[in-house]
Amino acid sequence: MVDQDLADLDTLGSDQPLLVAQSLSKSFGRIAACRDVSFALYPGEVLAIVGESGSGKSTLLQMLSGQLAPSAGHVSYRMRDGVTRDLTTLGEAERRFLFRTDWGFVHQDPAQGLRMAVSAGANVGERLMAVGWNHYGRIRETASDWLTRVEIDVARIDDAPRTYSGGMRQRLQIARNLVTEPRLVFMDEPTGGLDVSVQARLLDLVRSLVAELHLAVIIVTHDLAVARLLSHRVMVMKGGRVIETGLTDQVLDDPREPYTQLLVSSILPP
Amino acid sequence: MNAPAYNFAYLDEQTKRMIRRAILKAIAIPGYQVPFASREMPMPYGWGTGGVQVTAAILGPQDVLKVIDQGSDDTTNAISIRKFFAKTAGVATTTATAEATVIQTRHRIPERALNENQVLVYQVPIPEPLRFLEPRETETRRMHALAEYGLMHVKLYEDIARFGHIATAYAYPVRVNARYVMDPSPTPKFDNPKMDNCPALQLFGAGREKRIYAIPPYTQVVSLDFEDHPFEPYRFNAPCALCGAENSYLDEIVTDDKGGRMFVCSDTDYCEGRQAAGHYGSLSAAPYREKAGSHG
Repeated sequence: MVDQDLADLDTLGSDQPLLVAQSLSKSFGRIAACRDVSFALYPGEVLAIVGESGSGKSTLLQMLSGQLAPSAGHVSYRMRDGVTRDLTTLGEAERRFLFRTDWGFVHQDPAQGLRMAVSAGANVGERLMAVGWNHYGRIRETASDWLTRVEIDVARIDDAPRTYSGGMRQRLQIARNLVTEPRLVFMDEPTGGLDVSVQARLLDLVRSLVAELHLAVIIVTHDLAVARLLSHRVMVMKGGRVIETGLTDQVLDDPREPYTQLLVSSILPP
Repeated sequence: MNAPAYNFAYLDEQTKRMIRRAILKAIAIPGYQVPFASREMPMPYGWGTGGVQVTAAILGPQDVLKVIDQGSDDTTNAISIRKFFAKTAGVATTTATAEATVIQTRHRIPERALNENQVLVYQVPIPEPLRFLEPRETETRRMHALAEYGLMHVKLYEDIARFGHIATAYAYPVRVNARYVMDPSPTPKFDNPKMDNCPALQLFGAGREKRIYAIPPYTQVVSLDFEDHPFEPYRFNAPCALCGAENSYLDEIVTDDKGGRMFVCSDTDYCEGRQAAGHYGSLSAAPYREKAGSHG
């Protein structure tokens, strides 16, 4: 079923945006966490949202992924059938279905995105079973295939993720999200809390998977190195506003706004 | 203040009315867990407070009550509940499945096929089949509402991954009327097929968890499984040592400390009935034969 839908997708072409945000705002009481954010994301495009803590990145990500209702503005998404729909008009069942089929969400803390007490195989297979897969052998085969793709030893398929290292957990979370071949993946600081060499390996993996699967990704990070390595476009946020946006190289090599200049210059030279 | 000191079947009429409403709703939505205002009963939680409340709410003066615990009519739990209703409702009690109109049960379904005039009341400890996989009640309710039952297969997947087969032997999840996934209370999975298309009304009461659910008569009940690992009822591969039955659910009884054991029907009424009809097992005791002989 999933494969069929993907085949349909190719005929639609990628000239239409996958996700469009229109003047999104969110305020919590008197605090405006996010103000007037608009952008369009195209299939296969990687967008990084960078900024310091409290700049509204995570609030924006939650609104984009339909987990938080915006105070003003709209998010619309082009579904697999080619129809663009406003996220707020989706019923809860549709939204949750979207979330476990066409979308992925990689949390900073893998414990939030994984079931720590059930085996890695079941973690990867859960989405498949949720969309009606009912053949143990095939589920297990697909799960081991995905573990191989994210460089986890297949011998550990029956181990629970709580016995995994931080880097392995994060890779498992990625496999769990990608198993239904989503078109859009949200990532919230996916490399946070990992040591530098593990980070590098993870980024490498994500980059190759993104290219291979033609994924669109919205990645929230405060690490400009992550943005530079993965993303095509960057949005810089400060105080709930997007202050600068553009191609990654452009923004990071030739920052226009004083705050972006500050961000870029705060990276230690290699 | 003016409430009478005694009311038929222990509970006051308003409470029974509340429980009956919950039961009606449960019957209308097969497999759906209906919350109800469970009362304190004169017994500890875990001893069937939910089942007792359901029984109290549906019992009439003409009913004949049977109570079984693990299939047996003569264990503490079964006897005390039977006595409780004999005393508070004055109803006739029986141990014979065929004679009973209301059967309260803990962990078994009688071997004898039930009929349309009977109601089976289950005592349920944990009504939520998704509980051990998803601890949040808000989340499990949402999953039921949206029929998101992928998680239930995760549990079965884990079984196969660990043991090579579906090792869940009791409280085996079922899908009722092609909609709600339900925990059939800790009955052995041997009993699951009996729930399907059963002529009797099946009511489930969980006292501590304050939930009532039901399977109306002649409702489809399907045990969850995988295509390549189909559901299989489990039974010890032996005949009953007392009545020789080959198709009943067996209890394993350890008889000495040298590895000796015997297998006997867990349904005592069924086993006694068979012995009375002249069936013998390998370990039939003499008194039973004499009894059977004297009746015949």
